[in-house]
Amino acid sequence: MEYVSPEGLRLDGRRPMEMRQIRAEIGAVSKADGSAVFEMGNTKVIAAVYGPREVQNRSQQLSDKALVRCEYNMANFSTGDRMRKPKGDRRSTEISLVIRQTLEECILTHLMPRSQIDIYVQVLQADGGTRSACINAATLALADAGIPMRDLVTSCSAGYLNSTPLLDLNYVEDSAGGPDVTVGILPKLDKVTLLQMDSKLPIDILENVIQLATEGCKAIANYIREILLENTKELEYRRGS
Amino acid sequence: MGVVQLQFSKTQKVRLHKAKESLSSKMNSDSLVTVADSIHVNHEDGVLKGHGTADLDGQVVATLCGTVERVNKLIYVRGLGSRYKPEVGDIVIGRVIEVDQKFWRLDINCNRNAYLMLSAMNMPDGVQRRRTALDELNMRGIFEEADLICAEVRGLSHDDIHLHARSKKYGKIYAVLQLSTGQMVMVSPYLVKRQKQHFHHLEEHGIDLIIGCNGLIWVGEHVKVKDEMEYQVNLTEPAHKKEEKNDTRREYICRAANAIRLLSTLGFSITLEVIKGVVDLSQSLNLEIHDMLGSEFCVLVAEKEAERRSSNKRKQ
Repeated sequence: MEYVSPEGLRLDGRRPMEMRQIRAEIGAVSKADGSAVFEMGNTKVIAAVYGPREVQNRSQQLSDKALVRCEYNMANFSTGDRMRKPKGDRRSTEISLVIRQTLEECILTHLMPRSQIDIYVQVLQADGGTRSACINAATLALADAGIPMRDLVTSCSAGYLNSTPLLDLNYVEDSAGGPDVTVGILPKLDKVTLLQMDSKLPIDILENVIQLATEGCKAIANYIREILLENTKELEYRRGS
Repeated sequence: MGVVQLQFSKTQKVRLHKAKESLSSKMNSDSLVTVADSIHVNHEDGVLKGHGTADLDGQVVATLCGTVERVNKLIYVRGLGSRYKPEVGDIVIGRVIEVDQKFWRLDINCNRNAYLMLSAMNMPDGVQRRRTALDELNMRGIFEEADLICAEVRGLSHDDIHLHARSKKYGKIYAVLQLSTGQMVMVSPYLVKRQKQHFHHLEEHGIDLIIGCNGLIWVGEHVKVKDEMEYQVNLTEPAHKKEEKNDTRREYICRAANAIRLLSTLGFSITLEVIKGVVDLSQSLNLEIHDMLGSEFCVLVAEKEAERRSSNKRKQ
């Protein structure tokens, strides 16, 4: 199948290096300590953060740092065909783990010993790149909850189809079976915290693809930063001095 | 916060925007930072890095979203919207979640649960003595699980938060306030400023207002706590005598609680004066209590607040 037309356009009309439209909103869940909605094109994810709070299961308590827990969930209505998936299937367990590890890296857990931070991410619409969107939403929610972080983590995916590197794959491109690289970076520290790939890719092309995904991450980071600053400004102004 | 998203009409949106504009015109946004923004410092003067900051290759970097505060050499970031950070002397409201051997564990909307030791509170009979094993057995008679308690932060040892519930200053045991008829409202802790007075008794309405530093606010019927006996007598008074008075009182409680909810959605800092102002405004408009959470009143309060702040500014 042709994923990039001779004119250099993708199936949804984007250029190979073009990202989908992103949109973020802070404060979607009123009872949570921090929450955010993040959209990448048709992918829409909601994240809620609770804590730091007392550890629920005392045997899991860590005396030198906070316990970070993450739960990824895909709404039944999020995909094209409505499917009833059992909770805790392999895919969602794996993604929960990935998100947790990525975020734990950036949270300054040692500042909150013997407490627990819960992160819940729910996919409302799935159109490829859900794990990237989840990480981005969770970062925003963590920042909203006022949890100290080393840096913002942002994530973006890139693929390689029709011998072209493509940024931010959607569902159709994702299910083409080609290589799909998900990268998560700390933009300020310039460090990679997440790197995953499906299928195979020659090493010289891999570098290009990773580079492309990293650029995407940086663009997202800029956007997230703007949103956060806007939100902080708003809160500060309203509160008054 | 606890209130559903309001739907605004077009004119209301414009008015709200205008009010916001006027609020924002008096602030400078230079000191606002987000996570991983570097903070400009003059290294020659020496720098003390406080909360919300971290070191990155000799640069000072924010780890929170908020405003940068500078006190001499100390630089810290005051975060917005995070959980309550206890400080000694704060008055907090908490809920008992566990009764243990010698202490109660309280949820005070903080990183960790707080302890209220049996020895750190005045006994209901007011006698000063050693706590005996019998007292330990009777702890449930004082506070039970799910009781709301008002106390003061006594100290922070290691990571534990200890509360105490005795006050000689007021000559009454405000901790043993068995909160009765009233409402509890929860707001973001950053909206509550530390003040000299967190207990307010609105005599003309017969209402107690306790603004806890941890963002829990209690609006309730005034309870005389000076004397346990007197309190008992009050309760056993014939009910029909108080009935009429109670209705207006309850209405005022609901109005005050809704005023706090509204201020919390608008994100205005919460003090007694502001709450009173909102309640008076709603009463002068003859507004129904439930309409206080409507969009029209919300816009009105925002405009009033903007006006109030600008007039305050002019006075200075």
